[in-house]
Amino acid sequence: MIDKRVATIEDAVAGIRDGATILIGGFGDTGTPFELIHAVLDTGVRDLVIVSNNAGNGYVGIAALLDADRVRKVVCSYPRSSDCVVIDKKFKEGKVEVELVPQGTLVERMRCGGAGIHGFYTRTAAGTPLAEGKEERIIDGVECVLEKPLRGDIALIKAAVADRWGNLVYSKTARNFNPIMATAADLTVVQAGWIAELGDLDPELVGTPGIFVDRVVAVGGTR
Amino acid sequence: MKSLDHTAGINRLQRRHIAARAARDVLDGAYVNLGIGMPLLIADYVLPDREVIYHSENGMLGMGPAPVPGDEDEDLVNAGKQLVTLVNGGCYFNSADSFAIMRGKHLDMVFLGAFQVSEAGDLANWITDDKNNLPSVGGAMDLAVGCKDIRVLMEHVTRDGKPRILKECTYPLTARKVVKHIYTDLAVIDVNPSGLIVREMVEGIDFGTLQELTGVPLMLDRNWRILERLI
Repeated sequence: MIDKRVATIEDAVAGIRDGATILIGGFGDTGTPFELIHAVLDTGVRDLVIVSNNAGNGYVGIAALLDADRVRKVVCSYPRSSDCVVIDKKFKEGKVEVELVPQGTLVERMRCGGAGIHGFYTRTAAGTPLAEGKEERIIDGVECVLEKPLRGDIALIKAAVADRWGNLVYSKTARNFNPIMATAADLTVVQAGWIAELGDLDPELVGTPGIFVDRVVAVGGTR
Repeated sequence: MKSLDHTAGINRLQRRHIAARAARDVLDGAYVNLGIGMPLLIADYVLPDREVIYHSENGMLGMGPAPVPGDEDEDLVNAGKQLVTLVNGGCYFNSADSFAIMRGKHLDMVFLGAFQVSEAGDLANWITDDKNNLPSVGGAMDLAVGCKDIRVLMEHVTRDGKPRILKECTYPLTARKVVKHIYTDLAVIDVNPSGLIVREMVEGIDFGTLQELTGVPLMLDRNWRILERLI
């Protein structure tokens, strides 16, 4: 029997270690698995590398991890936000390293990491400061940068609905990075609004096939 | 260099006028991405006979206006994290597909804000030399290489009167040789391999003054026109 459901949010993040690289879905607050992030905070792990499009807003989610000095490095495209007080402070104090990656390159590095592709050449960032230290090459007359794959020890994913095999259905623009990150970690953990019976999810609408998913936990909510 | 004080009497456009002028060039049937800030205003001024599909980098084609009260959905936002709607026929996709749309050059037109543009069409729009700013790039670099038709909307000069259109950008680049058209509060300029060609100038400015406010030699199109306030 295949059953990826876990009973509690604590069970969902059990086994996470100090120094882990964590992929966290979301674009701003939308599609961000806040309950899982706070469960990670509650485990007490530290020295984390966070990979996410943003770096938290206010004092919740990634900002809470940063505020508690659990994060060594953030790999992201856009740490600035309407209320990015924590990352701003920690960055200026030198308490956290920021690796800035163009958004499309960030997601493609994880797509490669999940798909067994060991790098790609892209025009994005060629001739800019974000290409420094990277191999540059002209392909068919176009100046390109070599980008390497990116994987996590654990991915924290938010879906609208899951089933016990780990199939996921997403909601609107809350999918964003989630389906890609789900493929690119050794342990993929999902929080879903609720968990459907097998067969109840329309197979035409499954956004992440269950093979990529290890654990699902229901967190409630309207969806 | 002339300061803003010397430009009194010139019919300088406001941001919404720049957006309205750029909106006139949005083609019927185009897939368009509007950058955050002034470019987003363009959607308000596109002529009603033009069917345009707006792309949002966070995973949507067919982005619609802000929701009416009661229709808000926290799962439906734009690249600026503002609540939006989806028009009939619109759809959602993940971030990898969204950036494939850009890098794969599937978009027809992209309108961006900028700090600086160079004679060659180099774009600087993601970071200034202010060391106090948390560096953030988002999708700017992907978008700048994500279309053959990159258009920039910006003020012609900085607040202290320094040109933003330059021989070489002094701020870190977003992408090299990508900008094709520039809309400012003073002029509409095409970036050509032979140089920068002024297509339109606002009323009350002469070519010499425009040249003094620009950091690189301009050419005046022989069929140049007045840059009108369209709204």
